[in-house]
Amino acid sequence: MKLQTIAFATLCLAGTAHAQTTPPPPIANSPQAAAQAQGQSQDQPVIDIVGGISAPMPIAIPAMPTSAVVDTPAGSTDVLGQKLADVITNDLRGSGLFTPVPPAQLRTVAFPEVTAPAYDYWGGTGAQSLVQGYVRANGDGSLTVGCYLYDVLSKVELIRQGFVVSPSDWRRAGHKCADAIYSRLTGEGPYFDTQIAYIAETGPKNRRRKQLAIMDQDGANHRFLTNGQSITLTPRLSPKLNAILYMSFERDRPSIHIYDLNSRQDRTLVSNLALNFAPHWSPDARYVLFSMAVGGNTDLYRVPASGGTPERLTNSPGIDTGGSYSPDGSKIVFESDRGGTQQLYVMNADGSNQHRISFGGGRYAAPAWSPRGDQIAFTRMGGGAFRIGVMNPSGGGEQLLTNSWGDEGPSWAPNGRVIVFFRSAQGSGRPDLWTVDLTGRATRKVPTPLDGSDPNWGAVRP
Amino acid sequence: MTKLVPGLMLGVALVATAACSKKPPAALPPAPTDAPAQPTQPYGNGETTQATPLSEQFRREVTSDTIHFGLDQFDVDQESRAILDSQAKWLVAHPNVRITLEGHCDERGTREYNLALGDRRANAAKNYLAAQGVSPDRISTISYGKERPVAMGSDEASWAQNRRAVTLVLN
Repeated sequence: MKLQTIAFATLCLAGTAHAQTTPPPPIANSPQAAAQAQGQSQDQPVIDIVGGISAPMPIAIPAMPTSAVVDTPAGSTDVLGQKLADVITNDLRGSGLFTPVPPAQLRTVAFPEVTAPAYDYWGGTGAQSLVQGYVRANGDGSLTVGCYLYDVLSKVELIRQGFVVSPSDWRRAGHKCADAIYSRLTGEGPYFDTQIAYIAETGPKNRRRKQLAIMDQDGANHRFLTNGQSITLTPRLSPKLNAILYMSFERDRPSIHIYDLNSRQDRTLVSNLALNFAPHWSPDARYVLFSMAVGGNTDLYRVPASGGTPERLTNSPGIDTGGSYSPDGSKIVFESDRGGTQQLYVMNADGSNQHRISFGGGRYAAPAWSPRGDQIAFTRMGGGAFRIGVMNPSGGGEQLLTNSWGDEGPSWAPNGRVIVFFRSAQGSGRPDLWTVDLTGRATRKVPTPLDGSDPNWGAVRP
Repeated sequence: MTKLVPGLMLGVALVATAACSKKPPAALPPAPTDAPAQPTQPYGNGETTQATPLSEQFRREVTSDTIHFGLDQFDVDQESRAILDSQAKWLVAHPNVRITLEGHCDERGTREYNLALGDRRANAAKNYLAAQGVSPDRISTISYGKERPVAMGSDEASWAQNRRAVTLVLN
């Protein structure tokens, strides 16, 4: 339950210490050494997802054996071994880039086999890659999870990593392993060991109950953070992952709040007689960009995250809202209807040099600058549809990734290859959370206990 | 942009009957000036008809508490002006009453933009009332964007009802 800071060591499992306890040590040299052993193709991704044409890679992820079956607060280590394989399988399948070998074709892996894969067997399943690992309960109550990736065809080890976690964080070891595999095989940054903040919704359409909530990227470890007595909207995880910025209607004062995930304290950052909304962090988490509507005119402001006097950044007579910083913090993309309809504009972080970048048909809204800096995601409205799309920061290369009655509110995974958004159903208006990759092909519904909207994807956890 | 406004029908009907009786402030409510003095219990003794909250009285005596807007619009059209005129008249006659104007939008806009658009609508109504002699100090505004629709459908008729500004009497 509690979100504690975890010492999450990426072990270079130095062999000797463990050699006595576990006879066949799936333990030896460093990842670097392993990579060298595997040779020259080290930096070459196996899957090219930039083009996005390649078929999903068949990959085998059998249950992870344990050196000794031990009961832990997270369950016995042999059961955990299966669950870890499930977490990794789910992550990789969800990326759309991997086809996990079906369970019927997976065989039990004996502990000594972890470092000596049965390549011939796995080759027979059609798998091109093989993920093996092990679970060990340590004397201090922690768990060690070993994570190995093999190329079945060339019979070489590609990855060897270990993670030490407290039992309550066992899933994170699985996500870290999946991240390592994904990054090694695609050349892209990791994104599985992450959380999503969002608004959990329930109730009739005219009185939706809206609660701040947070969960792992795969829907696990879900928890509600507010009780739903006031309308809460648009949560944004701090780049430092220790707080959530959001808008609240508490006491009928539309204001900007910050919820501290460690202390669980809520504080009001901006509250006045005006309408304050659409908060966004600066990349260094020192500032909060937000919108304030005064007398019917909405402009963008910036305020120190610690509080203070807001500094006005725009002053057009139109609605300027929905800002998002470039990853280096030097620029802001926002939406404005100053030209008649909602369109996207880019300006310097101090408000200078405002210029329009979207020129397609329809309206553009809710821009989100990719953490990689190379793309801006948005909601495009037109022709009876709300769609998620991307364009480059100068406005070119527009691509629409989804086509639906009500897709809205894109937020980037930290690797800049996947986007989470919410999709509302026509009629009921009930929203749920979805992800889509940059090809537009891999879509995935994110499981939530209630309806979900306004998702915001956090950075990779340290 | 056809407006389907069922709520309006009732209001029009009420005004129509009121208009039949006499011309000036038809059927004056009993001593409105005293009303703010005693804090009326919301669910109090139902016998005392005088204890009708001011908000009830307001809704009964104005043409409507709600005006509507065109798609993505925030201008106060002729129909809305007639409604706001009746509200302004009432508010001038009840100088101690404070109001909140709620701005609302249909579901066919994005979340943050709709909050801003609702604010525009609330302020458009506020500015109109102020121009009719209601002190702006008596009027606060709030926007709910698309968070609080009154019509549940995903169709033009529902959206037209949801694009609105609602006047709420505070005391």
